[in-house]
Amino acid sequence: MNEIAPTAVNTGIVRPAGWRGFVADWSSDQRTFKNVSWGKAMMWIFLLSDTFIFGTFLISYMTVRMSTVVPWPNPSEVFALEIGGHHLPLILIAIMTFVLISSSGTMAMAVNFGYRRDRKKTAILMLVTAVLGATFVGMQAFEWSKLIAEGVRPWGNPWGAEQFGSSFFMITGFHGTHVTIGVIFLIIVARKVWRGDFDEGRRGFFTSRKGRYEIVEITGLYWHFVDLVWVFIFALFYLW
Amino acid sequence: MAQAAAHADAQQHPIRLYLVVWVWLFILSACSYLVDYFGLVGYLRWSLILFFMMLKAGLIVAVFMHMAWERLALAYAILAPPLALLVFVGIMVLESNYTLFTRLAYFVVGS
Repeated sequence: MNEIAPTAVNTGIVRPAGWRGFVADWSSDQRTFKNVSWGKAMMWIFLLSDTFIFGTFLISYMTVRMSTVVPWPNPSEVFALEIGGHHLPLILIAIMTFVLISSSGTMAMAVNFGYRRDRKKTAILMLVTAVLGATFVGMQAFEWSKLIAEGVRPWGNPWGAEQFGSSFFMITGFHGTHVTIGVIFLIIVARKVWRGDFDEGRRGFFTSRKGRYEIVEITGLYWHFVDLVWVFIFALFYLW
Repeated sequence: MAQAAAHADAQQHPIRLYLVVWVWLFILSACSYLVDYFGLVGYLRWSLILFFMMLKAGLIVAVFMHMAWERLALAYAILAPPLALLVFVGIMVLESNYTLFTRLAYFVVGS
C-alpha cells in the first residue's frame, strides 16, 4: 500500500500558476514545494548549498587575482598543448568541456527514458554518462600531473603569482571530487535500473524503502550541476 | 496507484528538445573557446565570456534540470539566494582594490 513516500504528489488539485501560485504555495500549510517530492527538493537544496561553496571558491580566486602585485600566469599558455606540431592554446580544457557537456546530454536523455520505463536505454545512457565523466576525471589527472611536473605548487609556480597554484588545485580539485562522486552515484543507480529494482519494488539495502524512477532524475540534477559548475570554472578561471 | 502518482510529477519532454539544447551548448562552448583562440582582449573578451557563460548556465538549469517547468515557489527558492553571491563579489572587489593599494603603497620595492 505505502509504495510511495508520504510526501508524494497530490494530483487532483488544480493550483494557481505564476505569482499567485508563488504566494499561495509559500503561504500554505504543510508543504511549500507542492508538486515536488522530498527527494528532489532536498537535492535542489543541497545543490544550492554547493553553489555557495563553489561561489566562495571563485570569489576567493577573484580576490587573490585582483589584489596581487605580481602578474597572473596566462592560462591560455599554461594550458596549451602541442598536438601534431601545432601549438593549440587551452585545447585540453576545450576537450574536457565538450566531454562534460556530452555527458550532460546523455544524462538528460537517460532521465527521459527512465520516466518512459525503458530500463535498458536508461541504464546504458547512464553508463555512457559515467564513462564520459570518468574520461573527464582522467584528463584532469593528466592536466594535474603535467602542471605538477612543470613545477606548479600551491605555494608557487614558474610563471607568476603564487596564488595561481593554490586557486587552481583548490577549485579544480573540488570539482573533480564532485565528478568522481557523481560517477560512483551514476553506476549505483544504473545497476538498480538495469536489475529492474524500480519495476519490482525491490527495497534498498540501506533505507529498506522501495525506489522510484525519480532517482534517475535526482541523480541527473546532481550531474547537471557538476556540468554547470564547470561552465563557470571554464569561463572564470581558464578563459579570463 | 503508485504508478499513476509517480507519473504525475514526471518530466516528459521530447528527446528532440534535449538534442537541440545539446547542440546549442556545443556551439556556445566552441564560441567561448574561439574567444581565447583568436586572442580577443579587454572588455570585448570579458563581456563575450560572461555572455556565453550565462547562456550555457541558463540552458542547463532551465532545460536539462527542468527548472523551466517547476513551480515558481521552487524556482525562486533556488535561483534567488545565489544573487547574494553578487553582493559578496562587490564587497570583495572593494576589498581587493584596497589590498592592492596598500601593497603598492607599502610593500613594492622602489615605490
